[in-house]
Amino acid sequence: MTATARETVLRRVRDALALSDHPEVEVPRAYRTGRSLPDEERLALFTDRLVDYRARVHTGPSDRTAALIAEVLQEHGAQRVGVPTGLDPAWLTAFDGEVLTDSPDIPAPALDALDGVVTSSAVSCAETGTIFLDGGAADQGRRALTLVPDLHVCVVDLSSVEAGVPEAVARLRPTRPLTLISGPSATSDIELERVEGVHGPRTLEVVIRTDA
Amino acid sequence: MRIGLFATCLGDTLFPEAVKSTAVLLARLGHDVVFPPEQTCCGQMHVNTGYQREPVPLVRNFAEQFGDPSIEAVVMPSGSCAGSVRHQHEIVAERYGDAGLRTGVAAVKAKTYELSEFLVDVLGVTDVGAYFPHRVTYHPTCHSLRMLRVGEKPLRLLRAVEDIRLVELPEAEACCGFGGTFAVKNAATSSAMLRDKMDHITGTGAEVCTAGDSSCLMHIGGGLSRIRSGTRTLHLAQILSSTRTSPHVLAEATR
Amino acid sequence: MSRPTGPPTNGTFLGMPAVPPRSPYGTGHLRGTRKFPEAARDELGNEQLRRNLGRATRTIRGKRLDATGELPDWERLRDAGAAIKSDTMNRLPELLEQLERKVTEHGGTVHWARDGVEANEIVARLVKDTGSDEVLKVKSMATQEIGLNEHLESEGITAYETDLAELIVQLAGDQPSHILVPAIHRNRDEIREIFLREIPGVDPGLDTVPAHLAAAARAYLREKFMTARVAVSGANFGIAETGTLSVVESEGNGRMCLTLPETLITVMGIEKVLPRFADLEVFLQLLPRSSTGERMNPYTSMWTGVTPGDGPQDFHLVLLDNGRTAALADRVGREALNCIRCSACLNVCPVYERTGGHAYGSVYPGPIGAVLTPQLAGMHGTDHDPNSSLPYASSLCGACFDACPVKIDIPSLLVELRHQHTEESGTTAEALAMKAAAAVMKRPKLFTAAQRTAGLGRVLAGRSGTFSRLPAPFSGWSDSRDTPAPPAQSFRSWLASAEGAATMRAAAAEGARHPDDDAPEGS
Repeated sequence: MTATARETVLRRVRDALALSDHPEVEVPRAYRTGRSLPDEERLALFTDRLVDYRARVHTGPSDRTAALIAEVLQEHGAQRVGVPTGLDPAWLTAFDGEVLTDSPDIPAPALDALDGVVTSSAVSCAETGTIFLDGGAADQGRRALTLVPDLHVCVVDLSSVEAGVPEAVARLRPTRPLTLISGPSATSDIELERVEGVHGPRTLEVVIRTDA
Repeated sequence: MRIGLFATCLGDTLFPEAVKSTAVLLARLGHDVVFPPEQTCCGQMHVNTGYQREPVPLVRNFAEQFGDPSIEAVVMPSGSCAGSVRHQHEIVAERYGDAGLRTGVAAVKAKTYELSEFLVDVLGVTDVGAYFPHRVTYHPTCHSLRMLRVGEKPLRLLRAVEDIRLVELPEAEACCGFGGTFAVKNAATSSAMLRDKMDHITGTGAEVCTAGDSSCLMHIGGGLSRIRSGTRTLHLAQILSSTRTSPHVLAEATR
Repeated sequence: MSRPTGPPTNGTFLGMPAVPPRSPYGTGHLRGTRKFPEAARDELGNEQLRRNLGRATRTIRGKRLDATGELPDWERLRDAGAAIKSDTMNRLPELLEQLERKVTEHGGTVHWARDGVEANEIVARLVKDTGSDEVLKVKSMATQEIGLNEHLESEGITAYETDLAELIVQLAGDQPSHILVPAIHRNRDEIREIFLREIPGVDPGLDTVPAHLAAAARAYLREKFMTARVAVSGANFGIAETGTLSVVESEGNGRMCLTLPETLITVMGIEKVLPRFADLEVFLQLLPRSSTGERMNPYTSMWTGVTPGDGPQDFHLVLLDNGRTAALADRVGREALNCIRCSACLNVCPVYERTGGHAYGSVYPGPIGAVLTPQLAGMHGTDHDPNSSLPYASSLCGACFDACPVKIDIPSLLVELRHQHTEESGTTAEALAMKAAAAVMKRPKLFTAAQRTAGLGRVLAGRSGTFSRLPAPFSGWSDSRDTPAPPAQSFRSWLASAEGAATMRAAAAEGARHPDDDAPEGS
């Protein structure tokens, strides 16, 4: 009976290990973990990093969220915006355009016809300016929603902003579809010079709620 | 301190002035310099070219020559040979040697130094009383820099030299393209690397390009001579051993 | 197509471990047609290429140093990264089985491929099963390695590369020359020309502004993204603990491919598995800062099997060996498997900077390519296997080791592979010369005699009459370098001479005036 590819590959891996001595390895985890920074420091660091990546940042207390979102959308001339099913409806009360609530059967080209999308976020990392979107959370929605429209307005609660990567990764729910975004879409493929705006949203507007 | 001087095969044969300077410098600093007469070569060229059986006798000879416990330190005017002794001898001994060789190699490895690290780290000296009234640029050789991590030590020694005009070499940490048999096997690529190194050196307007390895200096110097650049190469030891009473007289450079 | 000959590789001898086979000779893109020195010589003659590469690698080197210098615990992250990868290799069988179990639990299907040929067949069959005759591709080294696009084409399936650099390379009918930036050898003027020539309906007024060139690629691929039914990707990481796959990218083309099609096929080398989800806390710091010199790449996608209502509902993971187990069997060489494909070693390599990636003949160029390619595909496929020249394509300057985020000691691996090559090559002219040199050098009397009579150079080279022209194999050297004449007196004969003794006595006399403890102190 011939072995399956699975059996063969696993057998080869075991043979390889048997043929070469491989001392047990202790992983030294002496890098920085478990950091916590005061609110002002996290806000300042996160903002600095977002701006460095050409994202725009708007900061205010939670009672200003609706107004900030409406201002941003208006600034971009957005008429029709998409939102995930679980987004707090209060956030769009100041917006006078059309709001389309997403559902899995809306095809991608229909999303492409939206002027923008407004979502919440799961966790952020201040040190890298990264926002983690949890596709399993109702206020963030399926991945296509934050990908296809050219403008993404993303709301971040300051309490969800962690200092560094280890602290942020620890708060993720691994088996959900996760998207990490650091600024708008970009490429360095031409002479290794960074230019913003390729296939993902070319504009990223971040609304940080300082008391949430 | 009783210092065993390793001349290196290249220094002994082709660049004796650099070795003389090393010997004189260490003696002037008050140390007892001994030259184990049966020494030959560290075997670096063999190992780097892929040959590990052939240099076993060389590794053994090195360990025997310098194994004498009365020798407190083994010093050589070469970062790459020091790197070979410290990083490659045990590979050879492990693979093709016996227990005796492995012990000998480990003992000698622990007391082996390249000149600048010996002066700064072991002797704690940066001003060796040198005098060298010339415009000089320093090329940190790859093995000194990245294998031995000599870092700023050669520059600290040079900065303390009286009347020296030290000029920074742009992209100093880039390899000159020597790499032993690399310069023979991949001569065209090596030449392209050398060309850029020479452009940076001549751009400094230095009279002298110095380094801690005669092999890299042979490469750079050979290139500078071919293009008649007017810049000469000189081993670090030759600058450090130049004094007001017995100054190093610069030879006419090829132009 | 020839199969390699070698030790038994099947399970015939139960209980006796067999040396795993390399990637089958003549398949995929792990071997060029010429040896490195010849290929490099042609590339070196291309001034435009030299300028493009020089500018691009200088830019990225500076950015990487800034990005890594910013982290006070960078070295500790490197230590952790290196250890996690080594630990992973030690536990590969259980981790692969765990990964397979977790992916399956979450609705994915796992396939195993012994080599590139088998992986190509699996992917082609999966694509055909969907009824589609085209696929979108996310930039992936594994699929380049196995030549997937060419195989799909032979099966009547069109593959569209969606990464900007891959697109440039594909449209130009070119080969990639860099792990991260496959079109690094092209400048903006050339890219504009390629787009004008190859993209249907492109604005004829397209200029060379990188943002405009990127916009042209966006417009070209937009419709494909909206309608494609199948995508093929690689994976940066596969987490055994959770079954989570991850792709790290910048442009959003990856997100498009991983999200919009109904079917996703991911081809992943078996060495890409990581034990724990939390290990990402290390690699999400190491990889972006080392590769593009950014604190974080713009987009990272993570998915676990299939999520109802979100993304592809049909997910396949193809686990690829293709010589990886052969590398794993090598105590020293296996370290090359720790590579996370950041390409930092390429960007700092003085050889790569001058020759570019094509000279290496493999999809893995540069320092890591020079150690990984021979490990995966071997270097003795024929008498003149081009791969046998790769371990020598380095001056051993060590810049790659310093730059590597998982601390792969590439210079030592190169030296090890050179050793393996000479051991397998038997008696060659070079081996004889090395033996002769060692024979002289191991006998101090012979060595001294050789110094006295002719100089070491003559012993090694056979004969060296002139100093501006040397005979083969040193003629390349003497093309651009003068060689000094051996001086009349070696150091040891000087030391033994009256002059030497007098000089040393005088120096010692000076030293006696400055004993050890009050030697002149540093300023």
